[in-house]
Amino acid sequence: MDASIAAILTLDGITTGAVYALLAISLVLVFTVTRVIYIPAGEFVAFGALTMAALQAGRAPPTALFTLGLGVMVFALDALAAVRAGSARGLLRSAGWNLVFPLAVWWLASLPALQQAGQLVQVALTLAVLVPAGPMLYRLCFAPVQQASVLTLLIVSVALHFALLGVGLVMFGAEGSRTLPLTDARWAIGAVQLSGQNLAVVLTSLAAMGALAAFFGRTLTGKALRATAVNRIGAQLVGIGPARAGRLAFAMAGVLSVFSGVLIGPITTIYYESGFLIGLKGFVGAIIGGLAGYPLAVAGALLVGLIEAFSSFWASAYKEVIVFSLIVPVLAWRSLTHRGMDEEDPE
Amino acid sequence: MSAAAWQRALPWIALAALAALPWVGAPPYWVTLANYIGIYAIVALGLVLLTGHAGLTSFGQSAFVGIGAYTTAYLATAAGLGPLATLAASVALTTASALVLGVITVRLSGHYLPLCTIAWCLSLFYAFGNIDALGKFDGLTGIPAFELGGWRLEQGRELFYLIWGFVALAVLALRKLLDSRPGRVVRALKKGALMEESCGIDTARYKLLAFVIAAMLAGISGWLYAYLQRAVNPTPFGLGYGIEYLFMAVVGGLGHLWGAIVGAALLTLVKDWLQGVLPALLGQTGNFETIVFGVAMILLLQRAPEGLWGAVARRVGRRPAPPPPAGTAPLPAQPQPPAGQPLLQLRAVRRTFGGLVAVNDISFGVASGEIVALIGPNGAGKSTLFNLVSGVLPLSAGEVHFDGRRVDGWAARRLARLRMGRTFQHVRLVPDMSVLENVMIGAHLRGQRGVLASVFGLNRAEEDSLRLEAARQLRRVGLGEHLDQDAGALALGQQRTLEIARALCLDPVLLLLDEPAAGLRHHEKQALATLLRQLRQEGLSVLLVEHDMDFVMGLAERLVVMDFGTHIAEGPPAEVRRDPKVQAAYLGADE
Repeated sequence: MDASIAAILTLDGITTGAVYALLAISLVLVFTVTRVIYIPAGEFVAFGALTMAALQAGRAPPTALFTLGLGVMVFALDALAAVRAGSARGLLRSAGWNLVFPLAVWWLASLPALQQAGQLVQVALTLAVLVPAGPMLYRLCFAPVQQASVLTLLIVSVALHFALLGVGLVMFGAEGSRTLPLTDARWAIGAVQLSGQNLAVVLTSLAAMGALAAFFGRTLTGKALRATAVNRIGAQLVGIGPARAGRLAFAMAGVLSVFSGVLIGPITTIYYESGFLIGLKGFVGAIIGGLAGYPLAVAGALLVGLIEAFSSFWASAYKEVIVFSLIVPVLAWRSLTHRGMDEEDPE
Repeated sequence: MSAAAWQRALPWIALAALAALPWVGAPPYWVTLANYIGIYAIVALGLVLLTGHAGLTSFGQSAFVGIGAYTTAYLATAAGLGPLATLAASVALTTASALVLGVITVRLSGHYLPLCTIAWCLSLFYAFGNIDALGKFDGLTGIPAFELGGWRLEQGRELFYLIWGFVALAVLALRKLLDSRPGRVVRALKKGALMEESCGIDTARYKLLAFVIAAMLAGISGWLYAYLQRAVNPTPFGLGYGIEYLFMAVVGGLGHLWGAIVGAALLTLVKDWLQGVLPALLGQTGNFETIVFGVAMILLLQRAPEGLWGAVARRVGRRPAPPPPAGTAPLPAQPQPPAGQPLLQLRAVRRTFGGLVAVNDISFGVASGEIVALIGPNGAGKSTLFNLVSGVLPLSAGEVHFDGRRVDGWAARRLARLRMGRTFQHVRLVPDMSVLENVMIGAHLRGQRGVLASVFGLNRAEEDSLRLEAARQLRRVGLGEHLDQDAGALALGQQRTLEIARALCLDPVLLLLDEPAAGLRHHEKQALATLLRQLRQEGLSVLLVEHDMDFVMGLAERLVVMDFGTHIAEGPPAEVRRDPKVQAAYLGADE
């Protein structure tokens, strides 16, 4: 290996690492706020890339119908609760978010004029189609068991991943897709080709992280989410509802993971099942950071990206083996430096 | 036979009926399905122990099945080893890999183990698929038939008995294990580690035990799989199958051994049916059954987390524990130190949380045969001090001496070995275990029998002694009528007294009681005071944290009063009551 190959691999590693970092951030966010280990985040990556691909191919994305279906179920639950409570409060709002909005997006996404209106519109449409599905899934799957143990929430999470995997196959079939690059620009720096795509991925990831930092540091809603992450019961007592915080966390995780899908779509061919592995690599990064801090999670994700890039050069067949085995020394180190016992209060 | 006994025997009768299946002309396809159900059930049984009882989980059991199957396939084809040697190697390899994964995760929070098993399962799947010696993604073929001492099992209907023999053995062994000294520890793990640690139990060791046993069962299942299929490839050992194993255990009912078999049967049959129906319905090929399984699992966890067998077991109820036979040897008790000797001493004990001094250089002592009460208004730092003494929190500065040793910085588990027993302010017990079993956990350190002795039934005498002791302590605290009830069904006051009985089972020299009178009715408080006086008579020392002034006034020799983290008064109750500083602290009077 010479310096130019090393530089190319480093560039690749940082690019994919940046995408994993966005995922790692969303996983830490969801875990700290709701205690859910959000395995299905990976499905949103795949659905994001494949929705983009469908739009670029001039097809109405099947995911629009999927979100509408989830919305109908959520609205049905809300309506049932309203009938039981004998009060229609909030039902109009629920109808707006769960029926009208997805219906409107479905209609917009089926307009050929919008499908071909350029990449920015396609990205906006993809986000509008998929992001509402996050809070809807929270409402349908996790909110009814929000008091359950981390273990139960994790099994629900894996079950949801299982179901979405099948749904993905129904929606997109077994064929993979690759989306058009965001830009064709290329620059040669010495022997290294720097593509506009790589740069765009890194820059937009940085922008997303900056926006997130501003959201947590500056806005009241962001501070409320942080409060919920620190102390769920305390936050509840001062009026930050766990259900609202949960929906918000899932919506933000949706934005981050769908956006990751949009970014990774032009770099590699995405199949309906590809998201799971990508999401898990984000997890490995987040675990390196202890599932708690954002900067550490980002650093961990970058490390995963770099190790993946270099191992694909040296031992390409064992790439996945190496990346996922990384968790063993990481956990061993955490275990050795760990003092006392972690205690999850059963109450 | 009583109705309940019939209901309990029913699963065995069903199993016997199943055994006749190959003889009554069942189609070969049925026998094949039954073989797979048996192989899956062995894995699911391990998950019942791990997830239903120990409160841990694994999505990577399929990887352990893979290790068993690949070890068998490789050794049988490349080295020509027979089934006994391949069984030993399979079990050894699965045990070793489970030990590695377990050791690095059991001391961390509960979600690291399942995440680790996911990563490990993926990594192993790709390793199987890329190693030349294991045939890459094509796998290994041509595994010789199962042959042992001239006994050759080749057909599905011949292997059927081998497979289901192992299922029956696994049920029997796990049942023995769960109803034993180590088994009770495993069953209590899901309620958090602190209670068991304070009984002197190394909970991480028992988490590891549950994980290793579950992995061993998966390894045995893989061994059987290799002889049934006579070929292996990576596909059935991927993560998807690992998730399905867990679903089997959840569907059947996580806490129930028979549930694992019911769940394995249900999932296998439904999957078989769906794989025929769904692709035709959707007009394309693929594993669409994952949608049905995923959605069903979410609904089940939301609506009926106890699973199918849970609903059955609730109707049958618990079999009462047999009373210990006459002539059961009581557990030996150690002598109490002579009265009046210094037993516990705190020297300038300090604890800060950031800038807040919660406990500010507190010093006092407890002598043997003495009842000392620690009192003070809310937020005085009593509970923090209690946690410092009992080894739950580390000290910021100062010394704690107990029984002639300096013990600050010791974990709760080590203190228990010096015979320090405790109760909790927020009751910690296992609601779905009987009152008697809950209290037997307290006597853990006074028994020795481990897993092997329990599985082979060599623990009878010790079990009788443990039961005798637990029942004796329960009668003593007034719960003698409730031995076989679920502990969760007791009233709160009774649950508090259960904790005292559990602490007494440790044969303690010092009893730390955290607000024992809270939630007790008047006559219950009186009975508790009588019990504590009687314990003092026997030479035991008691340190209690209490809110109820009237309760301590008539009981304790000495009161230690705290306010804002500092020691403000100490002495006999009558004297302390007159102390103006104490009155100011309690009534808010100002100078």
